[in-house]
Amino acid sequence: MSFKLPQKLRMGSSLELVGAYLLAVFWIFPLLYAFWAAFHDTQYAIRFELFAPLTLDNFREVMSQAPFFRYGLNTFMVVSFLLPLQLVVSTLAAYAFAKYKFFGSNIAFVLVLVQLMITPEILIVQNYGTLANLGMVDTIAGIGLPYIASAFCIFLLRQTFKSIPKELEDAAQLEGCGTLGLLWRVYVPLAMPTYLAFSLVSLSHHWNNFLWPLIVTNSVETRPLTVGLGIFGAPESGVDWSIISAATLLSVAPLLIAFLLFQKQFVQSFMQAGIK
Amino acid sequence: MKLRSQHIQGWLLFAPAAILLVAFTHYPTVATFIKSLFTNSSIIRPSRFSGFESYQNLASDPVFWKVLVNNMWLALGTIPTSIALAIIMALIVNKAIVGRGFLRMAYFTPTMLPMIAVANIWLFFYAPEIGLLDKALAIFGVESHNWLGDTTTVLPAIIVMTIWKEAGFFMIFYLAGLQTISPELEEAAKLEGSSRWNYFWRIQFPLLLPTTLFVFINAFLNSFKLVDHLFVLTKGGPDNASNLILYYIYETAFSFLDVSYASALTVVLLIALAIAALGQFFFMDKRVHYR
Repeated sequence: MSFKLPQKLRMGSSLELVGAYLLAVFWIFPLLYAFWAAFHDTQYAIRFELFAPLTLDNFREVMSQAPFFRYGLNTFMVVSFLLPLQLVVSTLAAYAFAKYKFFGSNIAFVLVLVQLMITPEILIVQNYGTLANLGMVDTIAGIGLPYIASAFCIFLLRQTFKSIPKELEDAAQLEGCGTLGLLWRVYVPLAMPTYLAFSLVSLSHHWNNFLWPLIVTNSVETRPLTVGLGIFGAPESGVDWSIISAATLLSVAPLLIAFLLFQKQFVQSFMQAGIK
Repeated sequence: MKLRSQHIQGWLLFAPAAILLVAFTHYPTVATFIKSLFTNSSIIRPSRFSGFESYQNLASDPVFWKVLVNNMWLALGTIPTSIALAIIMALIVNKAIVGRGFLRMAYFTPTMLPMIAVANIWLFFYAPEIGLLDKALAIFGVESHNWLGDTTTVLPAIIVMTIWKEAGFFMIFYLAGLQTISPELEEAAKLEGSSRWNYFWRIQFPLLLPTTLFVFINAFLNSFKLVDHLFVLTKGGPDNASNLILYYIYETAFSFLDVSYASALTVVLLIALAIAALGQFFFMDKRVHYR
């Protein structure tokens, strides 16, 4: 529909455009600045000499001072072990809540939802004790363990499963599908968008998680990127802006690049997860 | 017979999740409360029941009150502003505007960064003299200031950073909310000669109220959970001016090794979260439908 806008309104919208872009520039600026600083010598970064010579020394320095590659590998191991387990455990539970009226299922569901409020990092004191008793302090598995059962994932999948029409279930049963066959052949394929949405949200959450991994890990072999970066950037370690910028950039790069490439999916996933 | 197998199958499917949830959510919640009623055990002295002694210590601990008040200021400082910004961003991005993809990306990107990286970047801005903020202010003749080292400016500095981090995240929920509003309403409003301003306040804002409540609760919870940046920026200082309850719990348990006191602090935090949960329950039960 295109009709000519009144002069006043057009003025308004070009002002709005300027405002929108100013806000965007302000929002993206800190990251751009870190990006710029990472490729320049600290003395230029501090003086903000925009066209100072580019250098990769900062990245070399970071890699020689701290094992960021190893940290990245650890983070990758945490998320790649955690996410499949989250999906399996939550799928089974969500299926139980969506399709079975089992003894105490209503109360059980409310107890599941409690975890939406009381996330494991709130209970660090006690959960650290539990992990110590299990002998899992300073292990990759220990970083992920408290998050395997995710109330959020159970809730999302239950909502999705409930919306799947009963006729499909009946048809599958006629074809001779058992309980798990039904779940695997009918429910899981139909819930793919929900799985994708949760996966992206979970991935970005655990890639960025800090407090619990900080408490659990105390060696290079387990420490994820965030904790490594936290130690590296601590003010007492002698702050060199450009080197810290380089380290920061290295830590956020994998997720940030994934986000920039699959921006639409990420945004839609967060949106979808929020509506439910 | 069929009914019984329903119960058993249901519980079998739920069991893995149930065990893990009990182990890392319900059991620790209860255990934390119990621990707060006992003294710390040591090699020479076993733990003994002390009743509400930890809570009495809490009440007379100025740091405890300080972190509680800080948490309140943080919530007050971040929530309304980030909600307002989130609405503005969503309204911008929801329209057919030039470079919509870029704008959305710019607003949303901070959400994808870990808080610890955000802190590293912002540490740069707030540094006295060499920091960008001081540099920018120097142009206007404002004197250098140690933003994170001054008890009066440290919390506002952290509030600004938190708003930057969160507004884009909340924008997503408003964007989702805006897309559920029928475009016919806008046409009708246009035909009636209603101004954009009027349309927003009379139509969009009221229809977005459930989103606002949802975002509000989320933001409230986040204001208690987000403490990562303190590890880099301030360690809670100076003089606890930027300390928050979860960071204080961490310090108490893992630096001062006082589990009993940390447990009492955790119980207070749990109560704060429970209030949020009840708030959500009372305000939202009619809006959000659990089928």
